[in-house]
Amino acid sequence: MSDPVPFRPFQAGTQPPLDHAAYGSTRLRHPNRPLRRLAQTVSETTGPAFTRALFPEIADMTRQGKAAPLGERIIVAGRVTDEDGRPVPNTMIELWQANAAGRYAHPRDTHDAPADPNFPGEGRVFTDAEGHYRFVTIKPGAYPWRNHHNAWRPVHIHFSLFGSGFAQRLITQMYFPGDPLLEFDPIYHAVSDAGARERLVSRFDLDVTEPEWALGYRFDIVLRGRGATPFEDGEAH
Amino acid sequence: MPAATASQTIGPYWHLIEHAEWADLTRFGAEGERITVTGRVTDGEGAPVSDAAVEIWQSSPPADEHFPGYGRAATDGEGRFRFVTVKPEAVPGLGNQTQAPHLSVVLLARGLMTALRTRLYFEGEALNETDPLLAAIADPAERATLIARPAGSGSWTLDIRLQGEGETIFLEV
Repeated sequence: MSDPVPFRPFQAGTQPPLDHAAYGSTRLRHPNRPLRRLAQTVSETTGPAFTRALFPEIADMTRQGKAAPLGERIIVAGRVTDEDGRPVPNTMIELWQANAAGRYAHPRDTHDAPADPNFPGEGRVFTDAEGHYRFVTIKPGAYPWRNHHNAWRPVHIHFSLFGSGFAQRLITQMYFPGDPLLEFDPIYHAVSDAGARERLVSRFDLDVTEPEWALGYRFDIVLRGRGATPFEDGEAH
Repeated sequence: MPAATASQTIGPYWHLIEHAEWADLTRFGAEGERITVTGRVTDGEGAPVSDAAVEIWQSSPPADEHFPGYGRAATDGEGRFRFVTVKPEAVPGLGNQTQAPHLSVVLLARGLMTALRTRLYFEGEALNETDPLLAAIADPAERATLIARPAGSGSWTLDIRLQGEGETIFLEV
């Protein structure tokens, strides 16, 4: 049997470090020893295949309560591709976020902002055959956290993706354009490569926006590519 | 094309997407030797990591409509997690190599900027001696951080230390 085609290593600076002093919670949770390099086998190149039948979509997060949640309705759409521009089809995306006032429907969230019983804050969608996804939600609020004095998280939506192999597993956060809090956020700034960091910020998109109904934001996601890098170093792989 | 999208922490509120039944990989009627896998996640001061998501993926037995191959469990107040799954068989390695039965493990938590990856093997498996990853770890104490011990009938346990003494071997894949 021939060896599975591995996913490529990440490009330098495009992923945050585990040890990041500005984010206090990393202090006791990052390994001291360097990670041990593991050549990818079928255990890494294959991964779960979720189906809409067993994992039903929650594509409209504003319709999970008895009434509409408070806040500004928005549409988020985008495309999931790999680093070679190939679409990642039929892949599950999990979503979660705070309510419009900046509070999560979570018992450990003690921020003094109103809960919203009509907004549980969970979403789940699948990409189509071309890698496109779309969901409806409300714009979440910013909220304080205790990382440092007067620390506030920029407005964000959490994304969880699986891709086609477990080595592609990605958890990330989508931010909003023009958010003044981004400048001060150590989690956002843990990504040292400016281009990679800025791609975490969604774009306002009039084509995603629906007239008389909701503003639209576009957030494209890139998962690791498979196989040799075509143009990178000229070496045979 | 741009590089892969950057990882960001899963944060403390990921339980909005938690579904406790996902920790039971046999829930769709999987056949095979049913096992329980438990463990405890602790930090650099030995304190429990009580807000982690522990995920497993196994390429054996092959995933199908009765067996998802993937599970996710939340750690509790003591840092403990628990899965019910089917015991994996040996799986092919690279070239002519064979890998000992194992689970791929991903840890996600507040304070983890990226997913932390490790593996869980099973004590007493003859193939552990020749498994390419285990055999490449010279220090028996370090190797032991990847090998679950029996904990009663059909039960296996492996603690995960994020940092410091007894630190788990974490993998870059």
